[in-house]
Amino acid sequence: MSSLRGKTAIVGMADTKVGKLPHIGATELCVEAAMLALEDAGISKDQVDGLVTCHSMTEPHMYHAEAVAEYMQIFPRYCVTANAGGGTTFSVLQNAAAAIATGICKTIVISMADCLRTGLTRDQAMALQSSTGHPQFEIPYGPTVPAFYALIARAHMEQYGTTPEQMAAVAVNGRNYAAMNPRAQMRDPITIEDVLASRMIADPLHLLDCSLVSDGGAAVVLTSAEQAKDFPTDPVYLLGFGEGHGHEHISQARSLTTSAAVESGRRAFRMAGMGPGDISVAQIYDCFTPVLLIELEDLGFCSKGEAGAFVAAGETALTGSLPMNTNGGLLSYCHPGNPGSMFGLTEAVAQLRGDSGERQVSNAETALVHGQGGIMSSHATVILGQEQVL
Amino acid sequence: MSEHSGKVCPQSRPGTEPYWQACKRHEFLIQQCKECGNHQFYPRIICTSCSSRAVNWIPASGRGTVLTWTVVRRAVSNAYAAEVPYVIALIKLQEGPVLMSIVRGCEPESIHAGMTVEVSFEEWSDQVSMPVFVTTSG
Repeated sequence: MSSLRGKTAIVGMADTKVGKLPHIGATELCVEAAMLALEDAGISKDQVDGLVTCHSMTEPHMYHAEAVAEYMQIFPRYCVTANAGGGTTFSVLQNAAAAIATGICKTIVISMADCLRTGLTRDQAMALQSSTGHPQFEIPYGPTVPAFYALIARAHMEQYGTTPEQMAAVAVNGRNYAAMNPRAQMRDPITIEDVLASRMIADPLHLLDCSLVSDGGAAVVLTSAEQAKDFPTDPVYLLGFGEGHGHEHISQARSLTTSAAVESGRRAFRMAGMGPGDISVAQIYDCFTPVLLIELEDLGFCSKGEAGAFVAAGETALTGSLPMNTNGGLLSYCHPGNPGSMFGLTEAVAQLRGDSGERQVSNAETALVHGQGGIMSSHATVILGQEQVL
Repeated sequence: MSEHSGKVCPQSRPGTEPYWQACKRHEFLIQQCKECGNHQFYPRIICTSCSSRAVNWIPASGRGTVLTWTVVRRAVSNAYAAEVPYVIALIKLQEGPVLMSIVRGCEPESIHAGMTVEVSFEEWSDQVSMPVFVTTSG
């Protein structure tokens, strides 16, 4: 089959409010995100013939996408629930684009939401955390989610000399952008010293090295490049996709310090016909600060072991060579779990439309979005661009 | 035994039952491929290296080194809270495979990569003897 490069475009997008939303449930929030994105695209729900959602931890449905379609009273011919954890839910974008390119359907809404902040009891939150890991060979020892990532952080420190200060610089980068984002959950300025002084959760990760726990949802409307011209918004074209899947359990990882982002990035760049130097703005999954450093290296933005110095030098700030996580990221904007990577996607679209306000990257023509799910397990990279880079 | 009550006890499955039964006898087993000699953990029905189905259980040395570690300061649940701070590590066995375990018998601050450890067993219930690792003097 021919390449998916430039075959599809995002013509609508929206984030719901994020943070603490005690008066709305996850199903409603998913519908709300979808309706806002459709409004942005200027079409009605009856013009949608494809729906993609992700599983909700707080309001689970055995057939989630079907339940949301039923709630909305739409009757899609393509209906998929993504199932691959916080980072890879948007790897379904590649499948959705293929469904459009092959004529399975014409216009797909991808809507994802959950309410991890207000929708879980303390016992449910504990049970959720205890369910991550191998049920026989990891979970019994009592690892926490931060502990899994701390194992990776320590390995990177041992191998490359990465420092806690450099990891803290990632958190500061996110917060600096969040201060420019009126919708962000955490906007008070922080310093590297603040991160290092915050409570140790699992050495070497402090509280402020860990992402937020949020309620929130986001959605996009995807259609063919031909149809995209009929929408009121400036289309944002999908130029490259790539996935890489390395392991499920961290104890089985091929490498602790090099991830399958190497493969997902290479595949996405190859399809787009681009390299790291062609990217105007990046939204890279930052569930914990060391994760972002490894991804920056594996995607080719830095050599191995150099991402810490890269971020600490301000290269990912608005004035740097690679503005990154411009909405504040999972560390400071919001992180509702499975939908996490959707917010990087909607922010990339906003940047390419020139709609990011105070945090707008000047002359942003191309964007890279990267997500990972599991414990550095599954990776997905998407490259987007304006019409002139088609 | 009571200090382990409420913890997540492993439930053996058909493919892992020989491993957990051996733990009960305080024997630590891994698998070795009869065809290519590859060692592997966790247990599988195929050799991950050559795809042979001739994988045998063998007694392992039970010795290894710490690859990476963390000190958990906020427990995953109340059943683990009494042990905080506890050390979770990835351990490379002498035979090659890597596994996750808890490391006992040292101050969390003294742990470091390359530290040698060996298996020990704790009675977590009437059914389960849990392999953990302790630091060695060697």
